[in-house]
Amino acid sequence: MTVTELVSYEDALASYDPVMGLEVHVELGTRTKMFCGCSTALGAEPNTQTCPVCLGLPGSLPVVNATAVESTIRIGLALNCEIAEWCRFARKNYFYPDMPKNFQISQYDEPIAFNGYLDVQLEDGEVFRVEIERAHMEEDTGKSTHIGGATGRIHGASHSLLDYNRAGIPLVEIVTKPIVGAGERAPEVARAYVAELRELIRALGVSEARMEMGQMRCDVNLSLRPHGTETFGTRSETKNVNSLRSVERATRFEIQRHAAVLDAGGKIVQETRHFHEDTGSTTSGRVKEEAEDYRYFPEPDLVPVAPSREWVEKLRAELPELPRVRRNRLREQWGISQHEMQSVLNAGAIDLIVATIDAGAPADQARKWWMGELARRANEQGTELSALPITPAQVARVCALVAEGSLNDKLARQTIEGVLAGEGEPDEVVEKRGLKVVSDTGALSKAVDEAIAANEAIAEKIRGGKVQAAGALVGAVMKATRGQADAARVRELILEKLGVQG
Amino acid sequence: MTNTSDLTRLTAAEIAERIASGETSAVEVTEAHLARIEAVDEKVHAFLHVDREGALARARAVDAKRSRGEKLGPLAGVPLALKDIFTTEGVPTTVGSRILEGWIPPYDATVTRRLKAADVVVLGKTNMDEFAMGSSTENSAFGPTGNPWDLTRVPGGSGGGSSAALASYQAPLAIGTDTGGSIRQPAAVTGTVGVKPTYGAVSRYGMVAFSSSLDQGGPCARTVLDAALLHEVIAGHDPMDSTSIDAPVPPVVEAARNGNVEGMRVGVVKEFSGEGYQAGVVQRFNESVELLRELGAEVVEISCPSFDKALAAYYLIAPSECSSNLARFDAMRYGLRVGDDGGHSAEEVTSLTREAGFGPEVKRRIMLGTYALSSGYYDAYYGSAQKVRTLIKRDFEAAFGQVDVLVSPTTPTTAFPIGERADDPMAMYLADLCTIPTNLAGNAAMSLPCGLAPEDGLPVGLQIIAPAMADDRLYRVGAAVEAAFRARWGHPILEEAPAL
Repeated sequence: MTVTELVSYEDALASYDPVMGLEVHVELGTRTKMFCGCSTALGAEPNTQTCPVCLGLPGSLPVVNATAVESTIRIGLALNCEIAEWCRFARKNYFYPDMPKNFQISQYDEPIAFNGYLDVQLEDGEVFRVEIERAHMEEDTGKSTHIGGATGRIHGASHSLLDYNRAGIPLVEIVTKPIVGAGERAPEVARAYVAELRELIRALGVSEARMEMGQMRCDVNLSLRPHGTETFGTRSETKNVNSLRSVERATRFEIQRHAAVLDAGGKIVQETRHFHEDTGSTTSGRVKEEAEDYRYFPEPDLVPVAPSREWVEKLRAELPELPRVRRNRLREQWGISQHEMQSVLNAGAIDLIVATIDAGAPADQARKWWMGELARRANEQGTELSALPITPAQVARVCALVAEGSLNDKLARQTIEGVLAGEGEPDEVVEKRGLKVVSDTGALSKAVDEAIAANEAIAEKIRGGKVQAAGALVGAVMKATRGQADAARVRELILEKLGVQG
Repeated sequence: MTNTSDLTRLTAAEIAERIASGETSAVEVTEAHLARIEAVDEKVHAFLHVDREGALARARAVDAKRSRGEKLGPLAGVPLALKDIFTTEGVPTTVGSRILEGWIPPYDATVTRRLKAADVVVLGKTNMDEFAMGSSTENSAFGPTGNPWDLTRVPGGSGGGSSAALASYQAPLAIGTDTGGSIRQPAAVTGTVGVKPTYGAVSRYGMVAFSSSLDQGGPCARTVLDAALLHEVIAGHDPMDSTSIDAPVPPVVEAARNGNVEGMRVGVVKEFSGEGYQAGVVQRFNESVELLRELGAEVVEISCPSFDKALAAYYLIAPSECSSNLARFDAMRYGLRVGDDGGHSAEEVTSLTREAGFGPEVKRRIMLGTYALSSGYYDAYYGSAQKVRTLIKRDFEAAFGQVDVLVSPTTPTTAFPIGERADDPMAMYLADLCTIPTNLAGNAAMSLPCGLAPEDGLPVGLQIIAPAMADDRLYRVGAAVEAAFRARWGHPILEEAPAL
């Protein structure tokens, strides 16, 4: 089906009510894998971070990573879930070459966390509650690279390369209950949910949750039902939608596609679909004619996980302030609008601004630099704000230099440029580049005298009361000092020397 | 061969003592056993792989250690036959299967590591039913093993290589694994001693899995004391095995040195008798019960009504777990690889390899287990079997509320002829009738010789069953019975075996 055959979004919503289910996989940032001591660091040579356990060699046995269990419980608690008093791992059996044991250790009917919710705030401030079905622990698979095929799929490939470095990295799968009642805002809710979840995961410090790195992956389940009906329609499952924007677009596309099929009297096929970033559309993947039989059974190599209530309560008490609560608190403290706060959030600047404030900068200054000059540079370089080679402490130092009058705005920009260029700490950059505001009264006074002497006509006007004409003299002094003078101070001096009140 | 100076006739305890005292060297002992293997194993086929160089190197290291005056382990220099189910770094490990032919493991099982740490000399790897599935060792992909009592008969299974190595004096110690009786049944039919410790007592790390919730490694020997000495070396908590018990090993050696049943309450399992039990087996068992009474035990009959369902439950649980455990043998990473000629897809290579690499019994169990775990059948099969397991545990709990140990014949018959049951899986499965409940419940049991069946002159095994974590009771009772029989017979039972 091509895009032109879609029903318009408005028409789709006029007839149908979308029902969503979101499954998010998060790679935990533990130092070691879920069931062995291998490193989880990214970027290593293929198959160098493996051992008999994560390669599934005959005889090897898994041992549960306690930190991963703790991280999952913390995620569960932050999602307002109940934490199981006793739960087991289960084997999910299926064959694929990148799965060393040909079963994945997961959890089936006994998830460690279940029955919670996450409140997400939409752009206009409206809060939508997304109910959480469960959060459970499992292990990641290895990575296949299929060579020689046209599509990058295994079919038609001449051979495949397998890298098991990722095999056994701890994953948490978070599954929502069916999300109903979002109506036309369904795509926005989907996006906001994933965004909020990402913030939450980061706030908990359990993963960097970088979607572009595959540390957080989302599957979007969607179905439509005619307004006024209760039963859900047949759903499609769009796999691995890996950016916030794609989550929104994929949801929107599927609403339009489903509506077109249903309007034409067709039936939705239960299938997995692939989302294409370039066209914003989805195409059919694997048809699930009948539910795949994973032959789940309790993992006999692991003992049950039974987190004590004392431990769970201790973890609950130690949870950080949740992102939405924190955002609202900061928004009030900073005195900015919902919309402005949203921009700060979208830019990934909240923590940077807070850290800059903590390092002594005024809130408005911290926000100004990160959302202005630095955001512009990050954007230019196509990188994350946090990836810029400048620290909140350095930005705070620049703010302090401005506040004490050592730098003006222009010089501050140059200082930041120097820090970003790797020239050292702000003070070193100021020193090396000779950026300090000329505050030496003697030097400044001499420059002012010269400017007055060179522009006698203008000076006369000022003496005559045309104070606004002082700007021209200020400009001349600034030029003479190569911008390193404090313009306000220059103006003061000019008026003083000409005997005029400012 | 009856010359007591023959090093291969000594017990492990005696060998360790002689080496420790300097009376003989580990190299001499190892060479004597390697020579014995050379002489008889062509007939017996107990070993799949003899690690001659590795064994001699270890023996030399033990002698060097002694000459430097360093402290030696309790079994230093004692040769051992290791079931080919434990991984051995740099030494082939096949699990009796073509699918692992040529695989050289890059790591040692915990049991292997502990044996090395105790200065035990591993002679080689012993034959077994493929993936430990069988009761005769006929399912080995590398040919059957003969029973030293009668080479035309089976040595039991799956650990027939280990039991035959002991009974033919190729090694004084061996390691087995017991999922449904694979240590005890071979011990019974070869006139040797075998112990299935409490589940979790011996680490399963590096022991190729058949049925994870049932598999348990354990010691095999010719005497109760030797088994205890080996038990102590291989048992104990292992952080690499989550199901390993984090508690001290019961005092098995102390118990084996102080055999005594006076005042003990012994239960005879009522369900393990009747149809299917060979007359000579029943006779020797009854004599054993009589002996226990004479030695001062109080004997009562105990009923364990759920035991009748044990075999059925076992043949759902074990195949289910094995269908998942064996899924990893897909030709992608190690072992056999068939059809990798550029003309077959990955899926086809996996299929062709499994077709060629797995034997019929393994395929049968994979299929049974896959079916039993299927959605729609899970509750009826795997789920019900787990319920039976709970009932069996309760039967044991009730029994051990009344008695200290239970006794039964280890297996209903003596060694059967090679080929007799090969095409009759049900007849083969019955060999494990008396041993399976212990695996399902996770407690401990031992088999030791209690005489020869009059009708065929073949060994009969007495099974002693103890509660979980009370493995020492097996040795206390076993040592007392062994001593009494020895006194009655005037010699170890193996001396009645024909010369090879």
